[in-house]
Amino acid sequence: MNRNYLLNDAIISPLGFTTSENLTSIRNSETALKLHRNSRYFKEGYYAGLIDLDWINSKFSRIGNPGKYTKLEKLIILAIKQVIDPSQNFSTRSSGLVLSTTKGNIDLLNNNDFSADRIYLWKMAQVIADFFELKQKPVVVSNACISGALAIKTANDFIESGRFKNAVVAGGDLVSDFVLSGFQSFQAISSKPCRPFSNDREGVSLGEAAAAIFIDQEQSAVGESVHYIDAVTANDANHISGPSRTGEGLYQSISRLFNNSGVDPSKVDYISAHGTATNFNDEMESISFNRAELNYVPVNSFKGYYGHTLGASALLETILTKKCLLNNELLASHNFTESGVSVNLNIIREHKRKELRTALKTASGFGGCNLAMLLQKQSL
Amino acid sequence: MSEVLYIKNSVLIRDAKVYQNGRLYYEDTKSPDISIFLKNLYKSEKIRYSKYFKMDDLSKLGFIGTEILFGGNIENKETALVFGNAASCLETDRYYSETMEEFPSPSLFVYTLPNIMLGEISIRHQLRSENIFFISEKFDSSLFLEYSKSLFNQGKTDNVLCGWVDLQNNDYDVFLWEIARSGKTYLNEEELKNIYLPTHE
Amino acid sequence: MSDLHTELKRSIIEQLNLEDMEVNEIENDEQLFGDGLGLDSIDALELIVLLEKDYGIKLTDPNQGKQIFNSINTMADYIEKNRTR
Repeated sequence: MNRNYLLNDAIISPLGFTTSENLTSIRNSETALKLHRNSRYFKEGYYAGLIDLDWINSKFSRIGNPGKYTKLEKLIILAIKQVIDPSQNFSTRSSGLVLSTTKGNIDLLNNNDFSADRIYLWKMAQVIADFFELKQKPVVVSNACISGALAIKTANDFIESGRFKNAVVAGGDLVSDFVLSGFQSFQAISSKPCRPFSNDREGVSLGEAAAAIFIDQEQSAVGESVHYIDAVTANDANHISGPSRTGEGLYQSISRLFNNSGVDPSKVDYISAHGTATNFNDEMESISFNRAELNYVPVNSFKGYYGHTLGASALLETILTKKCLLNNELLASHNFTESGVSVNLNIIREHKRKELRTALKTASGFGGCNLAMLLQKQSL
Repeated sequence: MSEVLYIKNSVLIRDAKVYQNGRLYYEDTKSPDISIFLKNLYKSEKIRYSKYFKMDDLSKLGFIGTEILFGGNIENKETALVFGNAASCLETDRYYSETMEEFPSPSLFVYTLPNIMLGEISIRHQLRSENIFFISEKFDSSLFLEYSKSLFNQGKTDNVLCGWVDLQNNDYDVFLWEIARSGKTYLNEEELKNIYLPTHE
Repeated sequence: MSDLHTELKRSIIEQLNLEDMEVNEIENDEQLFGDGLGLDSIDALELIVLLEKDYGIKLTDPNQGKQIFNSINTMADYIEKNRTR
């Protein structure tokens, strides 16, 4: 299997317009999660990471007409714009676009501001591809909360199969009334900003973000870079809305990943976990990591900074993981207090420097899906 | 190098008819309505699986098609699921959004992700295998083919269940097929289109 | 059997899509979850919606549900004591 490089990246979130702005905010222990009182589904308000539309419109007006695109399309276009401009190998003819989203323009469901077909995920992807005049048909991956990382896997597979010369992976989701009311009907939303792996956690917080990364067979710059080793998915076969108590699916994805790639678990320097802060998810993850003998490896969840950004989350977190490898830094798991999972994990409590080479990214989602992915740094 | 792969079996469900390997397998002449069709088909298959009635119509289509394709049992637990459609779960999105006004329904919300169907099939057959759900405007044989081949080539599976399961405005289009290392029909884009197209208008 | 018991059975069958069940097949003291009727966590959430929609009862602590939804009897008792409509 060829090993493609993870090159230019972009994260647009309440914590910043670029990846480096986002990293600065994280290093300053800032969080996107703020109290909002504008929802009829929450009498006491709710915590979420929302992106200001005026801010996005002002950024977008430099490259296009903000009135012609939905909020999510603008976010994703702005993210893609950042990763393709400086890439020498990007080509509108042969580069692919792999898009990750769970609900896309779902906020258009009862809204006539745009043509009716914009609600289709393929249409949203086509609108974005057309903005950049891409010749290859965009590929859309919509597989719940593992979508972002599964889109990276798909891009690598499609570069290997020859479908694309290289690819941009982009993703995003909004905090719509649709998902807010749904998660609330699941009684899954925390009344405080979410606290992954903590003993006082009480559920998820939702967040908005868009992210993009350019993936190529060739390394464009000299120096250190991070490449994708492999990714494996596994279903839990347990329940459509909750993980198995034994963490079987996640454990299977991790152990098969090690078997397939030939990487030894002892080589993993850092784990970027899913860590949604629901009782069942965090507990399940701790059991899976322990079963895979990874419980001593430094681990964090980025959800305390961003909330759960759904189709963007695993992509955004992979980009941050890549940066941590390059910068040799471990970032604190925000809002972690005392361990609230039955197997003690090595949760990163404060930012610190550490020599890093290999990282494991995991994600899990509704429908019982799980994904594990390995990234590695190398110097040229 | 990529190895030779075969289309082992296929199922098409359209217009109240089910075709198995190209031959008419089931026909419901009385019920154009999808929910009645899906109930009648379930009864005719003599399945006993009460969870079926809790599924949304999209999941029911994928579930029952899989039951027919595999005769009720997927023996190979490594069987990967490579699925896709055009409309995601828009039909259920609409039903759920109607409940949002007063009492948002958790049992509808859970089906507002297209890959829930993969969870239902995995639970039924205890598959802890690879999953992916693609969205494309039309049936795109190359997506399924290339992704499935990658899974074989990378040693991640030795059997794949592919599914195009689309539902829009009560109109459904289901095409399921099994890819294996043995079979009668060579796997390539032309063959897939040949199986998919005949009854499709 | 009270009207409330029958009414509850009917709405549970309808709301939870227990297509293959009849009202007279559910016993008043039968466990709704686990070995009995085999309901799951999504059903529990849907029962919370049912309490609010049909009887004006809002459960604030999801853990309360465990006792309330034990059987038709426990549900009917709780509704009698707490209903606002």
